[in-house]
Amino acid sequence: MAESNNMSNYDEASLRAEVTAWLAANWDPQLSLIDWRTRLTESGWAMPQWPAQWYGKGVSAQLAAVVAEEFAAVNALGVASGGPGRLAAVTILEHGSDAQKAQYLQRILTGEDAWCQLFSEPGSGSDLAGSTTRADFDGSQWLINGQKVWTTSAHHATYGLLVARTDWDVPKHQGLSYFVLDMQQPGVEVHQLRQMNGHASFNEVFFTDARIAADQVLSNVGNGWQVALTTLAHERRLADVLRATAARSKLEGPIYEEERAETAIVMEPYQWYPQRAGRVDLVGARAKSTGAINDPAIRQEIAKLLIMSQTAEWTARRARAAQEHGRPQGPEGSLGKLASSNVARAASHVHTLISGADAMLTGSDSPLDGIIAEILVSVPAISIAGGTDEIQRNIIAERVLGMAKEPRADTGPFRDVPKNTV
Amino acid sequence: MQFSFSDEQDQFRAIIQRFLREKSPTTEVRRLMATERGYDSEIWRQLAEQLGLPAIHIPEIHGGSGFGPVELCIVMEEFGRYLLCAPYFASSVLATTAIMNGATAAEQAELLPPIASGERIATLAFTEPNGRWDATGVELTADLAGGDYLLSGTKSFVLDGCSAELLIVVAREPGTSGSQGLSFFRVEPDAAGLVREQLQSMDATRKLARLTFTNTPGILLGELGSAAAALSRTLSLAAIALANEMVGGAQALLDSAVSYAKMRVQFGRTIGSFQAIKHKCADMLLEVESAKSAAYYAAQAAADNDSDLPALASLAKACASDAYMHTAANCIQIHGGIGFTWENDTHLWFKRAKSSEVFLGDPSYHRELLMQNREL
Repeated sequence: MAESNNMSNYDEASLRAEVTAWLAANWDPQLSLIDWRTRLTESGWAMPQWPAQWYGKGVSAQLAAVVAEEFAAVNALGVASGGPGRLAAVTILEHGSDAQKAQYLQRILTGEDAWCQLFSEPGSGSDLAGSTTRADFDGSQWLINGQKVWTTSAHHATYGLLVARTDWDVPKHQGLSYFVLDMQQPGVEVHQLRQMNGHASFNEVFFTDARIAADQVLSNVGNGWQVALTTLAHERRLADVLRATAARSKLEGPIYEEERAETAIVMEPYQWYPQRAGRVDLVGARAKSTGAINDPAIRQEIAKLLIMSQTAEWTARRARAAQEHGRPQGPEGSLGKLASSNVARAASHVHTLISGADAMLTGSDSPLDGIIAEILVSVPAISIAGGTDEIQRNIIAERVLGMAKEPRADTGPFRDVPKNTV
Repeated sequence: MQFSFSDEQDQFRAIIQRFLREKSPTTEVRRLMATERGYDSEIWRQLAEQLGLPAIHIPEIHGGSGFGPVELCIVMEEFGRYLLCAPYFASSVLATTAIMNGATAAEQAELLPPIASGERIATLAFTEPNGRWDATGVELTADLAGGDYLLSGTKSFVLDGCSAELLIVVAREPGTSGSQGLSFFRVEPDAAGLVREQLQSMDATRKLARLTFTNTPGILLGELGSAAAALSRTLSLAAIALANEMVGGAQALLDSAVSYAKMRVQFGRTIGSFQAIKHKCADMLLEVESAKSAAYYAAQAAADNDSDLPALASLAKACASDAYMHTAANCIQIHGGIGFTWENDTHLWFKRAKSSEVFLGDPSYHRELLMQNREL
């Protein structure tokens, strides 16, 4: 973001004064959500860290937090924060042309357009760069054929962030391109994907000669993997934004209700995510109410779980503390995902022990109106989604411990690389 | 709560590491563990005079340097990493802490200065042949006879019990049980009726003794019959110190396993390039870092006088015991056949891991204590 050269224009006091004055003059809970956000984006207070010509003020993260404080003080709403739209925004901001930024950014921030992320495929899960969805240029536009999967929000998305193969004769990472796809067209078909826990949080998306205009490539043709890395780097942080949004207070008034309705739609696919993480918070009450707390064998398992879950939290705190002190990140920063999988599995085991025969039941017959059953059948997802435990262990061993990579069978032209046949 | 060490603490750690790299290579560990006493008095003198380590958490008014549990635990972690052979845990952790918790100010003023300077090595004798790690396991009695206390009974698993020059002994008033009637006594090594026998310890770097008392004179420390709380606080800090020693050892084993896996070639590749080995190492790293988080947190909690200390001590001890033992077993596994030989150094840490797993209470015992001390 070379454009953000106006950082020195503000110190904390002047920034606070300006944002307070602006809010006093402009914040109006009587506006519709879109009208307010349009006003907000045009002011530059929407995304303070972004460059001034793109809805920002070019200030540091620290000063952006000051802006957020002042918004919170008067209960002023921010931009649409939810879901893949935020990923689209950061990716377009970093790699898009000015025309693309002008076309998409504002409507993402106001919440007028919803987005989805078209990365994973049935044939390429952990191996994301092994994408076989093809994009062929017919002289005037791109034609897309293939299939994506695990696509959250595809069923109400206006646009999709698409990674597809544009060159089959170069090594796999070099043959990908990154597109903006119009989801509302005949060549795009969206099917809900039902999961083993009964929820349908994701979709399968099929492309049959779907069309993309020539000017809808982000960055250059063949540079798709680099662009995808930007999106992926922000994917983790998205979870925090979602949690913060869900926690927002229950203020009264039409604009707040509008935002709550929007949040409900964005959060809908994630309802079972707390159960996926094992619900350690329920263990104490369940052990007491069932009497399992008096069983020495179960006490041992509960203690193991408590130790695992506490130490995971403390390890994360150590990583944050090192970061705050400006120290190089130690190994503790790379372990969180694997630790959460271990905690979730141990919690599921403990909930089973505590529930006894009730662990065979589901729905309203299962303890806590089905929550326990939902834990037991949702935990298997946590060690797969967002990078399997096995890939995490590879990353830890290779990047943290410096161990050698496996010999690869996919370094030649992608055409010749062994692929899934079904 | 602090989640990182200060720059001063990091520098302190670096100084200890430099000392140990030079003074405690495994050749020295092997030499000293084969001796009866198990340590080199010249190294002990340097440790005291150059680094002031026996004084570390003793108050300045008693000749100490007035640091706290966090610095003590930094020392322990590095001793664990380098397997230093020295009576530090016995004298500076167990006996010192018992005296600080259980003795009167006047007694502390008499006993602590020579311990702080390293001139006198003390130990705490509290466990007995029944192998229990809490106050209720104490059966040895102290009878008042003509104004003197006479101790009778047997202490076992006493760390450096044969070489210590001052014994702090936990005894009970006849007819009492549980945590009632317990007192600390000081006993001189040449006291009448005291027989000290070295036990054959599997971990030869950790010398254990059986002490038999027959009408052995002891001098009361602190108030008669009220040692239980002081002993319990002492054992909490000792468990935390041991947890920190264990994570140091576990880190040494992880480093050894990883560097061997990067060097050893089979099937034309380093074995570290096989996922079976990589994944084991990644899991070891997670377990060691988790145990460090618990050990560091507990040390900080001790420094802050956290009311949750007994639970945190048990948590840290249980976690470090499992992590150390798993890392030791995996380290041997990754070394393959050579890892099972006497010549390879891994067994030195493996045996320390095994004895540390049990010493002060095994993981199951501490998990149960955690459940009792933590409101769910």
